[in-house]
Amino acid sequence: MTEPCAITVVDMRKRFGALEVLKGVSLTARDGDVISILGASGSGKSTFLRCINLLETPDAGTVTVGGETIAMRKRRDGKAEPGDWRQVDRIRSQLGMVLQSFNLWSHMTVLENLIEAPVHVQKRRRAQCIEEAHALLNKVGIGDKADYYPSHLSGGQQQRAAIARALAMRPKVMLFDEPTSALDPELVGEVLRVMRALAEEGRTMLVVTHEMSFARDVSSRVMFLHQGVVEAEGPPAELFGACKSERFRQFISGQARQR
Amino acid sequence: MDPGFVVATFWRLMAALPLTLEVWALSVLIGGVIAMGLTWMRVGGSKPFAALSRGYVFVFRGSPLLVQLFVIYYGLSSFAFIRQSFVWPLLRDAFPCAVLSLALCTAAYTSEIFRGALAAVPNGQVEAAKACGMSGFRLFRRVIFPIALRQALPAYSTEVISMTKATALVSLVTLWDMMSVALKIRNDTLVTYTPLLVAGAIYFVLNFLIARAFLTIEYRLSKHLRPRRA
Amino acid sequence: MLGFGPKGWGPALIEGAMMTLLVSFAGMAVGAALGSCVAWAKLSGHTIAGAVGNAYAAVFRGVPELLVVYFVYFGSSALLTGAFHFAGFEGFFGVPSFAAGALAVGVISGAYQAEVYRGAYLAIARGELEAARSVGMSRGLMFRRIIVPQVLRFAVPGLGNLWQVALKDSSLIAVTGLAELMRVSQVAAGSTRQPFVFYLAGGVLYLVLTTFSNRFFDFAEARATRGLRRMEG
Repeated sequence: MTEPCAITVVDMRKRFGALEVLKGVSLTARDGDVISILGASGSGKSTFLRCINLLETPDAGTVTVGGETIAMRKRRDGKAEPGDWRQVDRIRSQLGMVLQSFNLWSHMTVLENLIEAPVHVQKRRRAQCIEEAHALLNKVGIGDKADYYPSHLSGGQQQRAAIARALAMRPKVMLFDEPTSALDPELVGEVLRVMRALAEEGRTMLVVTHEMSFARDVSSRVMFLHQGVVEAEGPPAELFGACKSERFRQFISGQARQR
Repeated sequence: MDPGFVVATFWRLMAALPLTLEVWALSVLIGGVIAMGLTWMRVGGSKPFAALSRGYVFVFRGSPLLVQLFVIYYGLSSFAFIRQSFVWPLLRDAFPCAVLSLALCTAAYTSEIFRGALAAVPNGQVEAAKACGMSGFRLFRRVIFPIALRQALPAYSTEVISMTKATALVSLVTLWDMMSVALKIRNDTLVTYTPLLVAGAIYFVLNFLIARAFLTIEYRLSKHLRPRRA
Repeated sequence: MLGFGPKGWGPALIEGAMMTLLVSFAGMAVGAALGSCVAWAKLSGHTIAGAVGNAYAAVFRGVPELLVVYFVYFGSSALLTGAFHFAGFEGFFGVPSFAAGALAVGVISGAYQAEVYRGAYLAIARGELEAARSVGMSRGLMFRRIIVPQVLRFAVPGLGNLWQVALKDSSLIAVTGLAELMRVSQVAAGSTRQPFVFYLAGGVLYLVLTTFSNRFFDFAEARATRGLRRMEG
């Protein structure tokens, strides 16, 4: 197998005090993979995603993005910390993260949100960034909202702007942390449509989600976390068809009942 | 009230306005810088620094400015080692002492305002910036500071205004600011109300202008909070 | 020198601190009276009353505290001859500077207290007032039984801050010669030629006063919110 790996996570562990949230989770995504990460709340799925770009510092495990492994070192108290924060910043700018509650910068217009990191972190030319930003906003369907402030947009529009902001950094991999959970039900569809379009154009995506339809129909692989370990993993057809894991079947039927 | 006397009083007071403004501007500036240091100590993550900063705020907010001013102006000069040290040329005069004690005092209040403003920056927006690869000073300059600034302005304007009022205390350490000129006129002429009323009016207008300036800045910086005009 | 012996300034400083507490307390009381009137004027919806209330608050927030102290002190003989006669201040202490000081602190505090009371009134849930009206309470009864208790509860934190401000502002009364903490420190500093020791001692005593009253208000706030929680729950 010589297919390039966009992102590799090996044996990630994380504990908060006495609670061990991740007990050795590994994942490999090749270019173009769309991996849905499912699990009940408290299963560690969000923590896993946040550990990948070091918004949380994992206690153990390695993350490799585009062939570059994030260097970690042990602190005196035994906890791990990144060896080189500049490397972390560089790798973070290759991972486009979309957070649950949008978190657009409230004091900047949508366009300013989009060009902020490309101009100031990646030091790209401003004019070119603006041009790209407009194209991205058109792509997510809010091309007319470039000079609006976040508070002037609906939740769905804000989340689409946040997706465009992540895309503006030309990331190798997109990370979605429950991107539709904070939205009113009628606004979920417009965000999912954008994500589906991204998947179809071959983007590598890791998606923590509760949207079963997205996991089943869009993703190339599904990973089910239960109490910090990978309980089941595989292509959606396999998993949703006949999964050996009793827990996964319970989880799906529970989700179905909620609809 | 004799209009001629009012006008004469007004111009005599206005002659003292520059000193009042100097004390005000210098102490607000220096106090702001000290406040930044205190805030940084408080939130920087080092426990001894945070305790020091807390202690500073406790002492300077818990006692009257007048006491602080007198400790510095009358108190420090009673020590021989200070009279012989390199700071003496500064502490010998009332003006630097007044500016110093006003600055030290406002720093305590201001650092609490800064701290509150930093705490009010939504964590999610900071996370989003980190996820974009921002960190350190860039993260502070581009995201944390602009948001915190907007949070801090209303309270900070109140503090700056209270500093104009506090400058009146420097009249008690022999400086010829507006307050002491007003008292001198009252003393010389035995007119009870007019000098104090005119001085009060000047202070009031001064504070009104400062408040207006802050409101203008706040308005400029709050475009994102106003409903969008079609 | 700081001791309690025959030559010590200890007792005088303690007495000064007591005087500071007294004059600040009297000032807070004056401020409460003025402040609630101004708050009422602002809330009344009456144009002229509202304008007067706003002007009062704006003036005393915009003018140096020291100037107010001087103004009230010098002006008191002319303006407040009448005011000295009731409330018994004069007879008890024999010093007009106490009344002038309390009035000055009170006039300043009132400008700020007005905002606290107004905010507290606006924090009362409208539904509770409607409920009171719907069970047939008269305006007076509703004011006494529903509005006042809740305003006091919501006002506790704000009043705590203003009490600290009053304590610190009261140091300015030293210029009138009232033997409160600041003035006693000044006299002691002058007659012993130890300004550092005595101003510092004065400062420490102010810290003690503010800290202890802080504790008290924290306690009061805890009680007030406990009451609120019980009511809501």
